Amino acid sequence: MATIIIPTPLRKFTNNSARVNINGNNVKGVVDELTLNYPDLKKHLLDEQGNIRSFINLFVGDEDIRNLQQDQTPIKEETVISIVPAIAGGMF
Amino acid sequence: MNIENIHFSKEELSRYDRHIIIPDFGFEAQKKLKAAKVFVVGSGGLGSPSLLYLAAAGVGTIGIIDFDVVDDSNLQRQVLFGVNEIGQLKVEAAKKRLEALNPHITIKIYNEQLSSKNALDILKDYDVVADGTDNFPTRYLVNDACVLLGKPNVFGSIFQFEGQVSVFNYRDKNGVLGPNYRDLYPAPPPPGLVPSCAEGGVLGVLPGIIGSLQALEVIKVITGVGEPLSGRFYIFDALNFESRTFKIKRNPANPLNGEHPTINELIDYEQFCGVKAVEKSIKEITSKELYDLQVHGEDIQIIDVREPHEYQIANIGGELIPLATISANADKIDRNKKVIVHCKMGGRSAKAIHELEDKFGFTNLYNLKGGILGWIDEVQPELKKY
Repeated sequence: MATIIIPTPLRKFTNNSARVNINGNNVKGVVDELTLNYPDLKKHLLDEQGNIRSFINLFVGDEDIRNLQQDQTPIKEETVISIVPAIAGGMF
Repeated sequence: MNIENIHFSKEELSRYDRHIIIPDFGFEAQKKLKAAKVFVVGSGGLGSPSLLYLAAAGVGTIGIIDFDVVDDSNLQRQVLFGVNEIGQLKVEAAKKRLEALNPHITIKIYNEQLSSKNALDILKDYDVVADGTDNFPTRYLVNDACVLLGKPNVFGSIFQFEGQVSVFNYRDKNGVLGPNYRDLYPAPPPPGLVPSCAEGGVLGVLPGIIGSLQALEVIKVITGVGEPLSGRFYIFDALNFESRTFKIKRNPANPLNGEHPTINELIDYEQFCGVKAVEKSIKEITSKELYDLQVHGEDIQIIDVREPHEYQIANIGGELIPLATISANADKIDRNKKVIVHCKMGGRSAKAIHELEDKFGFTNLYNLKGGILGWIDEVQPELKKY
């Protein structure tokens, strides 16, 4: 089972879980399973066509999946996937 | 950077002694700091600690841009300011504080909003930019301006308990250029999907940590000491005390400096981030106009979409329906008279109006411009601000 690290702004959609364990062979399979388990996450992670949104980055270990095999990047038991959304706070 | 003509007074040497005696830093790095010009965007949560440390460290010229005034709700995290500065222009209060901290440096202030019109002109005189803004349009503006001008951009961002840091557009000693914000995030979230800090809040010490890390990276970029956080993206989760550093690369499809660039000047960033579309499509009412309606006894309904604890602090007698429950309570909203919807500053009420118009076809909803804070400023100053 892969471990997915949920960023703090999205934890309200995972019952405040910071880490979620999900089965899947590749990144797409894991994300599909994750959004099935937590439906409210879906619109934050995927666009209407089911693609990962352009303001969400997924890292497998410390590598950006764009530099691996995108959402077809294979997942092993011990894989840690991080979801890293764009955030813009700071001034106010 | 020419540091041959940089000299220090006796007072400066004494002041910077703890830098100069670090074997890997020394006199040369301190001279580079004095010769450097750093531009800090925003003097708020992130800008406060960055500015304090950069000034203390002896960065010779520091530029600050901000168009806000100090408010008591800033003091929980904006450590540049104290109670005595409430109501003053942030840039002026910041300049005074930093000059008191280090009289050997020059502080230049810009009491305006950074925009596509002025950004290139202002930034071109600086060596390094530290971005501590609070919104996506300005993030992309700063990024694009830095790429177009060839300046390194030390990025820091926070939300609630999460912080991010990176050094963008940095050219290393071998002349290799690192990635920028658009390589990492090609497009911003549409408005409404991610709440701003004004709605979502932020733990005060978090910008202190992230802003200090920005100051650290600015100093490394200037002096060449250590390895700047270029090609890497650092995130800090204050809740679990976990930090991770990811590898990031340039994207050939980057419209600014990828293989086929399509952007060669600054664009309309509010439009790019979809902010304008939101503002345009809903009807607005000012506090004065609302007051006039009340004075003339017009039959209106006021809906307050804030949270109960905010309502307790101050309210204008509206019916409390928090944003998250607005659809479930749509039947409580009148369809025949003018309905004024408000929140603290106008963001959440705009979302509520969109939701009600899209789902239920309301046509009689008006967003109170500036929210209850605007109302307090213009109509009822005796109410408590927060």
